[in-house]
Amino acid sequence: MIDFFYQILWTLDATLRVATPLILCAMAGIFSERSGIVDISLEGKLLSGAFVAAAIAAVTGSAWLGLFGAIGASVLMSLLHGFATITHRGDQVVSGLAINILASGLTVILGIALFKRGGQTPTLASDERFRPQELWFVDLMDNIPILGPIYRELISGHSLLVYVALLCVPLASFILYRSRFGLRLRAVGEVPIAVDSAGVSVTWLRYRALIVGGVFCGIAGAYLSISHGANFVREMSAGKGYIALAAVIFGNWRPVRAFMACLMFGFLDAITSRLQGVDLPLIGEIPAQLMLALPYILTILLLSGFIGRPSPPAAIGKPYIK
Amino acid sequence: MSNVKPLPRWADLLLLPLINLCAAFFICGIVVWMIGENPIEALSVMIKGAFYYPGSLGYTLNYTTNFMFTGLAVATAFHAGLFNIGGEGQAYVSSLGIVFVIAVFAPFLPALLVILLCIPAAAIMGGVWAFIPGYLQAKRGSHVVITTIMFNFLAFALMVWLLAGPLLERGQQSPQTPKIPDNAILPKMETALGWFGMDIASSPLNLSFIVALVASFIFWILIWKTRLGYQIRTVGKNQDAAHYAGINVSRIIIITMMISGAFAGLLAVNAVMGVQHRVVLNYTAGYGFTGIAVALMGRNHPIGIFFASLLFGALFQGGAELDFEFQSITRDMVLLIQGMIILFSGALAYMFSPSLSRVITGLSRKEASHD
Repeated sequence: MIDFFYQILWTLDATLRVATPLILCAMAGIFSERSGIVDISLEGKLLSGAFVAAAIAAVTGSAWLGLFGAIGASVLMSLLHGFATITHRGDQVVSGLAINILASGLTVILGIALFKRGGQTPTLASDERFRPQELWFVDLMDNIPILGPIYRELISGHSLLVYVALLCVPLASFILYRSRFGLRLRAVGEVPIAVDSAGVSVTWLRYRALIVGGVFCGIAGAYLSISHGANFVREMSAGKGYIALAAVIFGNWRPVRAFMACLMFGFLDAITSRLQGVDLPLIGEIPAQLMLALPYILTILLLSGFIGRPSPPAAIGKPYIK
Repeated sequence: MSNVKPLPRWADLLLLPLINLCAAFFICGIVVWMIGENPIEALSVMIKGAFYYPGSLGYTLNYTTNFMFTGLAVATAFHAGLFNIGGEGQAYVSSLGIVFVIAVFAPFLPALLVILLCIPAAAIMGGVWAFIPGYLQAKRGSHVVITTIMFNFLAFALMVWLLAGPLLERGQQSPQTPKIPDNAILPKMETALGWFGMDIASSPLNLSFIVALVASFIFWILIWKTRLGYQIRTVGKNQDAAHYAGINVSRIIIITMMISGAFAGLLAVNAVMGVQHRVVLNYTAGYGFTGIAVALMGRNHPIGIFFASLLFGALFQGGAELDFEFQSITRDMVLLIQGMIILFSGALAYMFSPSLSRVITGLSRKEASHD
């Protein structure tokens, strides 16, 4: 029984770790999509953030500089997306795709040029990364049954960036629903002409939304390469940006719901690695591929209106022409 | 914007794409230069690698074949105003059509018939994989961009499971099917030309190149010479107008996606029957995505698509050469070039248009004043 309890705790703990980059990217996706800009470039921003974080941390030895570098790189990608789609009214999907392909090319080319390790960055020492942190009173809490282990195994012992990701959800919610910027941002994704006639610049609002998204994706990238992992390997984002996009849709473009979707997708991922090779009673062994495909299957079902009804921002994908 | 005259047709079709292409190469050149290598040298290595060495043209044209299929796929959807990002998945799953035909018919049919059955089977399977996103877009309003992305991942998962499980060659470690029987193998180009007494260097180029040329011709007929093509283009231009003109828009969307998937599916003909002679893991290798760049550059016209495919074929083959000649630049350079081309000739397609238009108007005015 105790054993089973710990199994659950560890699975949930893994869930949180797997979900962290998804949560951050999903918040990024919400900001840009809520402002009316399709963002399939989450993947590319995540990847470039991961690379720059690892590269800077490897050169300077500072995880913090790595994090700021990652944010910078990711915001730069956002600005490129904005330049193409807002300033030049280019196709948002095409631009996003270009950024994803650019990112997978550039990270490897620069990685080889800088470190000569076939696209990888050097492995970071422990003090050059964001390491798991024990929270306060862990030892004290140990004396309490059930809550003690939950606190030690699940709540405590994550890296700073995991907690940042968790904080980003209420923050994103607050900005979107309780601030003037958020109100305008939601409006510009629904009826941009109304925002424009109120004398607010559609262009600048959308740029700001993309920049906020860039910051989130940068943190997510840093988490991948200098917190969860200890170096950058090529294509390390491995479709997480797309899963986050699925979570955005699944969460109906709302922060808290998207967060739940990220946790669910993270849980599927965590439980897949636990169930590898395990024979379940009645069902037998579930193919790992089926589990990994589940987020996509669920999103498709949702999108097609079989579970709930998605309500994307009305002006999404449409360039604003004054 | 409104005070700028539209570009003349020749400039829009030739000059502007050329300028965009040059801009893409220019930025990539800067990256190469920043890494500390000579961009001109890198370019010449790539050109030599793509055309100069014996057999290299064959390799280039073999890549070209793949890009023609995926480029035609993306272009078909573009004509209906749809964005098919799912070429990758459609081209992957389509090998199942070939596997099925081989399993059922190869034991007793002669080579010619098996091949003639395998080609439509691959197309149909690709079409089936594109049918669901098409149906969901047409009937359930879910956006085809998102669903085709998801279907790519579904295709990867499905194929990994099949190749490592039910279809795995006995005693094999790496996920792949057994070799296909001899009567399902497409003859190589060197063999085929040998029948006519011609002698060319050995390369993976095979008769699927001819299939690609035929497919391009079919594409041209379909889009510009048939009623269906007219309906597809009308839906692409204006869905409401199409609807009022009595066109069944949902039906056209579904059919277009299936044709698009069918073109992508033909990639399996080259990869499985022409080159690998078995289904291997990840044989699509990003060709589906490159197809988007090809369609954008080729302006959704078969002739443009052919030349864009040739360009990308040369880039892929020449890019492989970079690995041998340089320490610090590799074939990943091609990804960068590809991304830049998608950016400049896709998302930023009309960035240079206003200034170019001003230059052209200025020049023609000058000529006029001389007369």
